[in-house]
Amino acid sequence: MKTLILIFAATLLFACNNAEETSIKEESNGITSKAEFNDLSIFNITSEWTTQHNEQIEFKDLQGSVLAVVMVYTSCQTACPRLAADMRNIEEQVAEKGKENVKYVLVSIDPENDTPERLTQFGKDYQLEGDQWLFLRGTEETVREFANVVAVKYKQISPIDFSHSNIISVFDAEGVMQHQQEGLGVNNKETIQKIIELSN
Amino acid sequence: MLRYFTIAILFLFHLNVNGQDLEMRKIEGGVYIPLYGSQEEVQVEIESFYMDTKPVTHQEFAKFIMQYPQWSKENVKALFADASYLIKWTAAGEVPEHLKNSPVNNVSWYAAKAYCECQDKRLPTTDEWEFAAKASENSVDAREDSLFNQKIVSGYEKPKTYLKEVGKSSPNYYGVYDLHGLVWEWVYDFNSIIITGESRSNNNTDTNLFCAGGAVSANDLMNYAAFMRYAIRSSLKARNTMTNMGFRCVQDANESKNTNL
Repeated sequence: MKTLILIFAATLLFACNNAEETSIKEESNGITSKAEFNDLSIFNITSEWTTQHNEQIEFKDLQGSVLAVVMVYTSCQTACPRLAADMRNIEEQVAEKGKENVKYVLVSIDPENDTPERLTQFGKDYQLEGDQWLFLRGTEETVREFANVVAVKYKQISPIDFSHSNIISVFDAEGVMQHQQEGLGVNNKETIQKIIELSN
Repeated sequence: MLRYFTIAILFLFHLNVNGQDLEMRKIEGGVYIPLYGSQEEVQVEIESFYMDTKPVTHQEFAKFIMQYPQWSKENVKALFADASYLIKWTAAGEVPEHLKNSPVNNVSWYAAKAYCECQDKRLPTTDEWEFAAKASENSVDAREDSLFNQKIVSGYEKPKTYLKEVGKSSPNYYGVYDLHGLVWEWVYDFNSIIITGESRSNNNTDTNLFCAGGAVSANDLMNYAAFMRYAIRSSLKARNTMTNMGFRCVQDANESKNTNL
């Protein structure tokens, strides 16, 4: 009987994405599906990501840290260097205040080309190095889903070029979005203020 | 024993959904120039695919929720759907009888995507959807047919078309119903095209907001109906739901070998 249920569940798992997996697992374990996270938390996203150090993580592994997140790709010539500079500037000013539970996350919109090696190199090139810096590689699908969560629009317009919106999002330690900064070369002050407020 | 039985039935149902599906039609691939979204290669190549003949109905969506209760009005996570998700449904998740065969609306992109994945299908891309939607009853490409365009635009002006039942109008060239006339439909990459106030011309885009934003611009200003669709999509967030927004699913042609068409 149990086996049958398992087989059935496995078939479902196969057909559906990760969001379904969790709750089916929860149900079959008899755990009531009481929300573990805030309803608006990105920890509800159950996709797996590869870091620049070739480690597998999910967003919920980042619980407890305030997150500043931006979407970029390493072969980008125009906006990404400026976005990277913005992120570094934010990081420096937050660090000055002695805030430590903050992670700076760069999610690649080009999972095909942005291998962990390239992401590491990008970090070196733009001096985004240290434990507080996290580069994430997903799949076409998971990146599209995440972009939708942070309302980033992007489209591949040639094999090496994407058009994309320039947004830095700030999430609190529960994974709930608290602030977004849109545009390039805008004043980072408000974003920095928000991160300082949320972190400890 | 009863549980065995239920599981077996559900399992068969599942297989059935994944196997033969007569409710799809093949859209022969080809090349075309979309209104927005290409740069160097102006033409976009569309591989053949199968498309649901009709938008997903309330009844079909209710079945899906029975299988995947995490998508019910009560259980859905706010991250994945806004407050008007399935707003017309009762708290118990029931659809008003008169809406059963009308397109499901007030669904978010996440819910639509999950629905299609659970049928082993997927949401169409913008280019695929537009490619199929340029067909009139008797032509694969009716974009220059002024009557066809006018009909679509006047459909956008009619109130409450989302209450109509699916499959009641004439099918298009491919045998697909209701791409125009009832509801707008979610597409997989709805958020990929960037339309700012002035992005219809190449030189006025706010390049500080969008890297290479000016690279995508309209090439067919005559196509007002399509322009409206792109603008609507561009204005949405994935958790948003609207009364006049539904969806349908597609499948890669090579995965539908069993389809008897």
